[in-house]
This record gives sequence, C-alpha cells and structure tokens, in this order.
Amino acid sequence: MDAIERIKKQIESNRVLLYMKGTPDFPQCGFSGRAVQVLEQCGAEFSYVNIFDDPEVRENLKAYSNWPTFPQLFVNGELVGGSDIMLEMSKNGQLQELLETTKKP
Amino acid sequence: MTSRIEKIQQLLLEVLAPAKLELHDDSQSHAGHAGAGGGGHFYATIVSSAFEGKTLLKRHQLVYEALGDLMRTDIHALSIKAFTPEEFEHI
Repeated sequence: MDAIERIKKQIESNRVLLYMKGTPDFPQCGFSGRAVQVLEQCGAEFSYVNIFDDPEVRENLKAYSNWPTFPQLFVNGELVGGSDIMLEMSKNGQLQELLETTKKP
Repeated sequence: MTSRIEKIQQLLLEVLAPAKLELHDDSQSHAGHAGAGGGGHFYATIVSSAFEGKTLLKRHQLVYEALGDLMRTDIHALSIKAFTPEEFEHI
C-alpha cells in the first residue's frame, strides 16, 4: 500500500487521530506534547501515529493535508489543525464539542 | 545575508500585507531536540484583513502558503496567532 493509501486508511478508520512526533508518553517535540495534553484535558480517546516510525507518511501527509508541520489532528476524517488551533479551540469549547461528536455511534 | 527572521518577515509582508506583524525567534530554546533538523522555532502574531471570513485552519494555511519553501528549509515550527484588524481591536 502506498503512503497516501495508508494515510487515507488511518484517517478513515480513526475518528480522532493525532499525527505526532514521538508517542503520547514520550513526545519528542514540545508542540506534539502540548497537543497530547490538550486532548487528554478534553478527556478524548484518540489514536496516534508517530511520524518518525513512517518517513513516507511523514513526507506525504504534508502535501495531502496542505499542512507543513506536526502535530496534525484529524477528527471525523478532517484536518482540524496543529497545536495552536487545538489550544485555541479548547479554550472556547469548540474542540470539546467536536470531540463529543465522535462518541456517538 | 538575510537572516531567517527577515526572510519570514519579508514574505509575510508581501503576501498578507499585515496591519501588524510581530515575529519572535525562539530557536535557541529548542536547539538540537529530536526532529528539529536545524530549522528554527518562531512565533508570529499577524493582523491582516486577508483573514476576514476565514476559519483558523484556512488562516494558518494562508500563512504557510506565504512562506512556501521556507517551511521545509528554515522553519521547524511556527506558532501562529492570526487576527483580522477588527478582532485585534477587541482582544
């Protein structure tokens, strides 16, 4: 499966998906760490992809999502944004609202 | 030679014609961490009418587009605060 197919599959099969540097327990960049913190504070269940584990996904995702940096959060198959946007949206409750929609069947 | 922050400033001024632009280079405090790849960490506060009627996602994408290749070569991370002139007055 090529990288774009892998990305599509990952995004489709995980309603809340964080592409990040490192893992939630050991983030390897402050921005990825902050993204994990925001999701945890929202009480969200989420999947993650450590982009260091898959250099092809790392390179292709930037073009696919038109977003050049990591972390990147996808909810219900759509790009929400990076850690700045996540933080902003969590402050005004939009992120919690969006995450709530992923809990319904 | 133009410094990185000057290059960033130049591109943002050209493309977004901001009413206000503040840039801060925070690269020193991140030097050498995994995955930084030599690129810098920057903080930008941008006030521009180009953001009017656009979601946060679109605003950030506009900024990334304006910076183009710099996002690959010179910038590891860019923290963005993007406001329209009207929003900025009400902060």
